[in-house]
Amino acid sequence: MTATDTQIRATSAALLEGTRAKQRRSLGQTIRWLLLFAGGIAMIMPIAYMLSTSLKWPYEVYNVGLIPEEPHLENYAYVLEDGRFFGWFINSLIIAVLTTVSNLFFDSLVGYTLCKFTFRGRQIVFIAILSTLMIPTEMLVIPWYIMSQSFGWLDSYWGIMFPGLMTAFGVFLMRQFFQTVPDDFIEAARIDGLNEFQIYWSVALPMVKPALAALAIFVFLGNWTAFLWPLIVTTDAALYTLPVGLSSFGDEADVQWELIMTGAAISTLPTLIVFLIFQRFIIQGVAMAGLKG
Amino acid sequence: MSDLALRNLVKSYDKTQVLHSINLDVADGEFVVFVGPSGCGKSTTLRMIAGLEEVTSGEIEIGGRVVNNLEPKERDIAMVFQNYAIYPHMTVRKNIGFGLRSSKLSKPEKEARIDEVAGILGMTDLLARKPAQLSGGQRQRVAIGRAMVRDPAVFLFDEPLSNLDAQLRTQMRLEIKKLHRRVGNTIIFVTHDQVEAMTMADRIVIMKDGHIQQVGTPDEVYHKPANTFVAQFIGAPSMNLLEGTVEDGAVSLTGGGSVPLTQVKVAEGRAVKLGVRPEDLHLATEGDTLFEGEVSVAEPLGAETLLYVTLAGREIIATGPGRNPPKAGDHVRLSADPAQMHVFDAETGAVIA
Ligand SMILES: Nc1ncnc2c1ncn2[C@@H]1O[C@H](COP(=O)(O)OP(=O)(O)OP(=O)(O)O)[C@@H](O)[C@H]1O
Ligand SMILES: [Mg+2]
Repeated sequence: MTATDTQIRATSAALLEGTRAKQRRSLGQTIRWLLLFAGGIAMIMPIAYMLSTSLKWPYEVYNVGLIPEEPHLENYAYVLEDGRFFGWFINSLIIAVLTTVSNLFFDSLVGYTLCKFTFRGRQIVFIAILSTLMIPTEMLVIPWYIMSQSFGWLDSYWGIMFPGLMTAFGVFLMRQFFQTVPDDFIEAARIDGLNEFQIYWSVALPMVKPALAALAIFVFLGNWTAFLWPLIVTTDAALYTLPVGLSSFGDEADVQWELIMTGAAISTLPTLIVFLIFQRFIIQGVAMAGLKG
Repeated sequence: MSDLALRNLVKSYDKTQVLHSINLDVADGEFVVFVGPSGCGKSTTLRMIAGLEEVTSGEIEIGGRVVNNLEPKERDIAMVFQNYAIYPHMTVRKNIGFGLRSSKLSKPEKEARIDEVAGILGMTDLLARKPAQLSGGQRQRVAIGRAMVRDPAVFLFDEPLSNLDAQLRTQMRLEIKKLHRRVGNTIIFVTHDQVEAMTMADRIVIMKDGHIQQVGTPDEVYHKPANTFVAQFIGAPSMNLLEGTVEDGAVSLTGGGSVPLTQVKVAEGRAVKLGVRPEDLHLATEGDTLFEGEVSVAEPLGAETLLYVTLAGREIIATGPGRNPPKAGDHVRLSADPAQMHVFDAETGAVIA
């Protein structure tokens, strides 16, 4: 065997190895794509059915077919002309916006305090707040109801909103994010003569914008789609939120799925808008963090 | 009058005392550098002066007022932090102007002040930028600008240069010194780098384990170290310390050799350490040989060569010429002027003078 011969063998072996590696890689790739595809389908199907049903006539609603036989927009016209829908939409919007603003402010304020101040019992307070995360909403509904009843909060915005004005999850999230803000910034501001609230507001908060954006999305979506508690606390149809209102379309004998789906389709619009606005901040925040010294 | 005084300053965290009765007087306009190894309490002292850390006992006076119970903003100080702490969401102009938020100046006066400071720091063109668009050195300059803008009685710097690369550090060192000459405010500067301390300070405060070891001008701490710690901490490479006992007016070294004691009188039989700086220990000419040994490593530095010489089982550092120095393995004879040597008590480490 000559030297060149060995070389050729070695090279071809390397080439072969390379092709095998590529094959292995492309197999992995294929599996990944398949999984993503399956995930995507699972996510999109309900939405596709929602949209398709909103375009169907009542007789067609229970057909599995995704493409309506006679697509039409009558449902949209009906829902939008129905005064109730607009009222529910406004109710939901007011409640979701107020709750989001309240969460952004109070969760971050409490999270900041728990993170940046040392005081006796800080850990206990934090653990107490965290442990409320372990109690399911279903268990809290009855105490909330009794509370609302005795304070006269039934059938009011306040009654719908009060349980969600601050969330343990939000406090936790903000506390974790404030930990990434170096103490030097806070001390520098203290030396620059800011009071503690100003430090929180104009130094610490701007540095956790990505977390605020994420929290805004979570809270807004959570409240926009909340169903159980608003259903329980309201009896006056004028105070229904969208999900509660939509479910009341129709009566016991006949649920008008095509109208419910139409309303649902329209109601996803604000969530899309909120997401598009705030995710920009999240991406910005990540990019900024990457650039930092 | 804006001098600073620390009187019996003590700091404890829970039961551990980290600062033990610190006493220091700083004159108006003085540039004082605190230096010492990690954990010796430099930052703690600085933060107590700033009002960021509570005083356990003792007093801090700034400009003749006891400030123990004043808020940082009421103390007439400004501080520059190690990692700059300039706000990433604000422009350079806003960052510099931040220190003026609570000042009584009118808006145009504030703007003029910001422009003036930016001018001094050579940052006029960068005022509209955000910190992310600045280099490390420029960020540090913004941090200095934010401190300068209020013209405080005392500037506090906590290792402001340690995040910069070596070249930039040398440059900023010079700039801060020039700045001090120009604005004339009192500066307290913390570093663990003895070169920074030597080059910048009017006076150096050397700390260890929460105690002040020595306070003095760079010249004093270098040429008249108060103890073995200061002797070895200041100067690079470190001072050689050789153990021995005093016999017949000379130090008889452990492991052989004897060095005449000319500069001080020491009781016979006392255990001492003899200190000699590497630059004072050079190749012997004729007759004046103090030590003999073998070169284990020769480090050429250009102008001179550092010689690591093994003698009597221990290694000492001497200085050889830049040209034709001895090589590793060579046998060399070393000598030093006894007047340049320091004698320390072997037990306490304190200088015997
Ligand atoms: N919050 C704290 N709680 C308990 N001990 C502390 C606290 N802050 C500092 N210490 C201790 O006080 C001592 C002095 O710390 P300090 O930060 O002043 O050191 P330093 O000289 O600035 O060191 P370095 O050069 O590493 O910055 C250290 O032993 C440190 O462990
Ligand atoms: Mg420190």
